[in-house]
Amino acid sequence: MSRYVMIADLNRCVGCQTCTASCKHTNATAPHVQWRKVLDLEVGEFPDVRRAFVPVGCQHCADPPCMHVCPSTATGQRKDGLVTIDYDLCIGCGYCMVACPYQARYKVVEPARAYTGLKRMIHELKREDPKRLKVAQKCTFCSDRIDYGLENGLTPGIDPDATPACANACIADALVFGDIEDPDSNVSQLLAENKWFRMHEELGTNPGFYYLWDGIDQEDKS
Amino acid sequence: MSFNPAAPTLQDTWDWRAAANFIGGGTGTGLLMVTLVAGLLGAPVFMPTLAGLVFVALGLSMVWLEIGRPLRALHVFFNPYTSWMTREAIVAMPLMLCGALALWFQWIGLVVLLAVLAAVFLFCQGRILHASRGIPVWRTPRIVPLILTTGLTEGAAFFLVLMPLLSTEAVAAAGRTVLVLLLALSVMRFGAWKSYRAGLEGDAPLAALQVLRDADGIVALLGGVAPAILAATALAFTGYAIPLGVAAGALAGFGGWYMKAIIITRASYNQGFAIDHSAARGGGKPGPGTKPGW
Ligand code: SF4
Ligand code: SF4
Repeated sequence: MSRYVMIADLNRCVGCQTCTASCKHTNATAPHVQWRKVLDLEVGEFPDVRRAFVPVGCQHCADPPCMHVCPSTATGQRKDGLVTIDYDLCIGCGYCMVACPYQARYKVVEPARAYTGLKRMIHELKREDPKRLKVAQKCTFCSDRIDYGLENGLTPGIDPDATPACANACIADALVFGDIEDPDSNVSQLLAENKWFRMHEELGTNPGFYYLWDGIDQEDKS
Repeated sequence: MSFNPAAPTLQDTWDWRAAANFIGGGTGTGLLMVTLVAGLLGAPVFMPTLAGLVFVALGLSMVWLEIGRPLRALHVFFNPYTSWMTREAIVAMPLMLCGALALWFQWIGLVVLLAVLAAVFLFCQGRILHASRGIPVWRTPRIVPLILTTGLTEGAAFFLVLMPLLSTEAVAAAGRTVLVLLLALSVMRFGAWKSYRAGLEGDAPLAALQVLRDADGIVALLGGVAPAILAATALAFTGYAIPLGVAAGALAGFGGWYMKAIIITRASYNQGFAIDHSAARGGGKPGPGTKPGW
């Protein structure tokens, strides 16, 4: 069985937010909603200060607290590990939002409007998804693209048409998507060759988002 | 301090309406359980049972006001396997039905069943918070005893507040026992609050801990110590039992309500973001991680 995960290489990410823009364009999210975003962090104390760009979003946890708490079964999990939301079942109670330790979920109660007080723009009207109003929403790992790819013999993470928009758009190859259950996959190779961590692992969510921070060989040499 | 995008921020998903559910549910179920004690002592149960059910119903209606799709409210019943919110909703049904029957027949057997259902409902409320893994001050296991003791304390408190409206027969039968109960529960709740706060030290965002620290005076002293002293005084000076009991109940009830409002709406900072390591980046060396706000 497959489990799709995302890798963010902290060595490579330059914080350009192209993934953020690409996600917003692909999924037509409301102005304040960012299913994918990149944190710009200052780490350390002066004078030993460094900057870290950290892509975040739904981690498609293997043990997702959002799903366990959901009273309506709107939040579910596919066999390939993707955590999903059925907009028709969701009651918008927000329980999943307080259960998620990654602040990955949003609830939009009014139709998207970039400029308050003005009429809604043409693209806002055109791309609005009324089903998504007043319910929970989050990153889908572009499940529609994955499904399309699989139906057409493509490999998620390798073929752009089967890969999440953020990973496709990354200018630095910092975001890599693939099947961690396949030992020969792009993500499995990267995890074998590099040091990595997962965020808030101590909370037992078994997140599907890996952060590379150093090469194994490089450390061994020094 | 400058803005740090990784630091925990105050959740705004559950607002005062969610707090009202925990307040109404805790007070109502606590009252139903204390009513059983009073009923076993021979006190009429109609008025406190009615008040308890009204509290629970008001709390639940607040949740209904908060959800995005109220017309789909029945979907709340779909996940009894893992969701404590579903379980709370499921228990609410027989609770209300049994409550209506208890009001109609005023039979002690129904009051017993009602108290059992109330206890389960209150337990569900504690577990709802405990399952909210994104909010450190909710997910601690010590939230469950805190919610349970607070609900019971609020129940005893409001029984005493209702005393001037209850029949002299009810007051004579149960007043003294409920005063003893309030005294004991205030001490227990004080202990549960202190234990809750101690358990969070080092395990919650600094901003959340500061909010709880600021609330300590009202929750522990005004809502815990003061009602215990007033209840003890009422027991000692029976001539003033009713006014002292009402004052003790009002303070203990206020303390519990204030505590829940603070925990749900003001101390509810989320987890924030953290990295275990920062990257080498180019020719440099990797560095330490960061977990701002903790
Ligand atoms: S990151 Fe949050 S929303 Fe995504 S699966 Fe995990 S708990 Fe659920
Ligand atoms: S907001 Fe929707 S998806 Fe989230 S817990 Fe409630 S019903 Fe489930």
